[in-house]
Amino acid sequence: METILSITNLNKRYGKLQAVKDVSLEIHKGNVYGILGPNGSGKSTTLGIVLNVVNKTSGEYKWFGGAMQTHEALKKVGAIIERPNFYPYMTASENLRLVCKIKNINYTKVDEKLELVGLSDRKDSKFSAFSLGMKQRLAIASALLNDPEILILDEPTNGLDPQGIHQIRDIIRLIAAQGTTILLASHLLDEVEKVCSHVLVLRKGEILYSGSVDGMSANQGFFELDSDNNSNLKAILSQHPAVEKTTEENGKILVYLKEPLEAADLNSYLFQKNIILSHLVLRKNSLEEQFLELTNQHQSTPIKK
Amino acid sequence: MKRLISIELQKLWKNKASRVLTLSYFILLTFIALVASINFKFLGFNIRLADQGIFNFPYIWHFNTWTAAWAKLFLAIVIVSMISNEYSYGTLKQNLIDGMSKKEFLLSKFLTVVLISLVSTIFIFALSMILGLCFSSYTEAGIIFTDLDYLLGYFVKLVGFFSFCLFLAILIKRSAFALGFLFIWFIFEGICEHLILPRVFGSDAIAEKIVNFFPIEAMANLIKEPISRFQAYKAIENQLTTNSIPKDYTMHWCDILIVLMWITIFMFLSYKLLKKRDL
Repeated sequence: METILSITNLNKRYGKLQAVKDVSLEIHKGNVYGILGPNGSGKSTTLGIVLNVVNKTSGEYKWFGGAMQTHEALKKVGAIIERPNFYPYMTASENLRLVCKIKNINYTKVDEKLELVGLSDRKDSKFSAFSLGMKQRLAIASALLNDPEILILDEPTNGLDPQGIHQIRDIIRLIAAQGTTILLASHLLDEVEKVCSHVLVLRKGEILYSGSVDGMSANQGFFELDSDNNSNLKAILSQHPAVEKTTEENGKILVYLKEPLEAADLNSYLFQKNIILSHLVLRKNSLEEQFLELTNQHQSTPIKK
Repeated sequence: MKRLISIELQKLWKNKASRVLTLSYFILLTFIALVASINFKFLGFNIRLADQGIFNFPYIWHFNTWTAAWAKLFLAIVIVSMISNEYSYGTLKQNLIDGMSKKEFLLSKFLTVVLISLVSTIFIFALSMILGLCFSSYTEAGIIFTDLDYLLGYFVKLVGFFSFCLFLAILIKRSAFALGFLFIWFIFEGICEHLILPRVFGSDAIAEKIVNFFPIEAMANLIKEPISRFQAYKAIENQLTTNSIPKDYTMHWCDILIVLMWITIFMFLSYKLLKKRDL
């Protein structure tokens, strides 16, 4: 498979703060990647480094196999970061023309891309008159001008209203369907879950998980139990060899497992111990819960991989 | 190169404030012509400046370039804001992401500065030519084309000054503060020349020599003030003081060299700053 971007052992320090710690990553053509992480986890810094706006402290990154200089490679990349940056005194199409000049391509795509993001009727309005949603859509149009090999989106729905979020997601899905490689950084998990095939979880600049989205949520799952005597239930559960831990949430006992266990087996085990359940559900973690668990696990302990 | 200039000119020209300031700069330059019509009464005589020989070749080259150089302060605002806007709009970051290298970014700014200086120099050349042909007492080709090195001085002076502005804007990122710093630097050079250095070295002459290497002073040295060279003024002065020391008004190559050196330093430092900074 063709490698678009490879990052090896990337580090970035801001004085005492280590913003990115030993991040390695390979981006292959045709996949949709998500970078997940809470605010300040090093997502934007990592993207900033490969996009030539932040200087790395150490490590390597290579675009398209390292055959060309970063700024030349970036002409084949479309990227939008955090907030849309354009000249407020120029109109939408003037701004896009300027980007064409920078990327050294002709103006033929300007109207086509404005159409794609639904801004055709506003193409002669000044950028400063745009709403945030429109600005963000213009940014996407700008990133797509050169029909990029890879589209990098950093928090594309940040600060948008639900309608704006919906529009942006539709556009992303449309682009993904056309086979464009996408790298999407976000702290919104359902966003990543909905569009990405691969995911990278960062916390405090470190990679906690790297692999497929399915792989991340395909764990044992957990049980949600309820009975008359929950303290007794907890004590008995802790004796079971397959149980890792139990917690209580909203009056229900949550049972996390070390190894696979069928609901029927758990039920009969508890019945033998004279506990009658009033509630038994086997639940799978959503990506969100999975993510929280992953990031919490590493709150105090260093990375184990 | 054409691509870089066209990028920068689009950024400049679409901006209303820059457009108005640039246009008013060139309008301001043409106002030199109006000096010609100034009449004033002096010791009971009616004096018309144009008839007193300020537009005589080759003196006109000196007078016009020196006067026009003051208008550069106008363009300084445009130059400084063309950098600080890139920071405040976040477009510097976007330009880099879109595939411009930091070198290209700086080069596009510098080339624009050179282009503006060149246009201004040509403009002054044309304006002086017209005024000279109208008012000069001597219109022989040999006289017309002497002292043209003032135009070279003017060009280098503008490029030097605007490079200083570019560097300050990149260093400070805010237009108002950058212009403020420029003013403070101007005062600083004055203080060095008249207060600090004479005390350190115990002589005004040495202090002056050192200050000649400072950027603003070096630029000022390219075209020395022409007023005291003016005939009418001279005539009056000669009546008052019997033995005046003749002043050297010519442009020196070493002054050009010093300014060219400063341009290189400013551009080099700007590039280093851009390279080093995280955006």
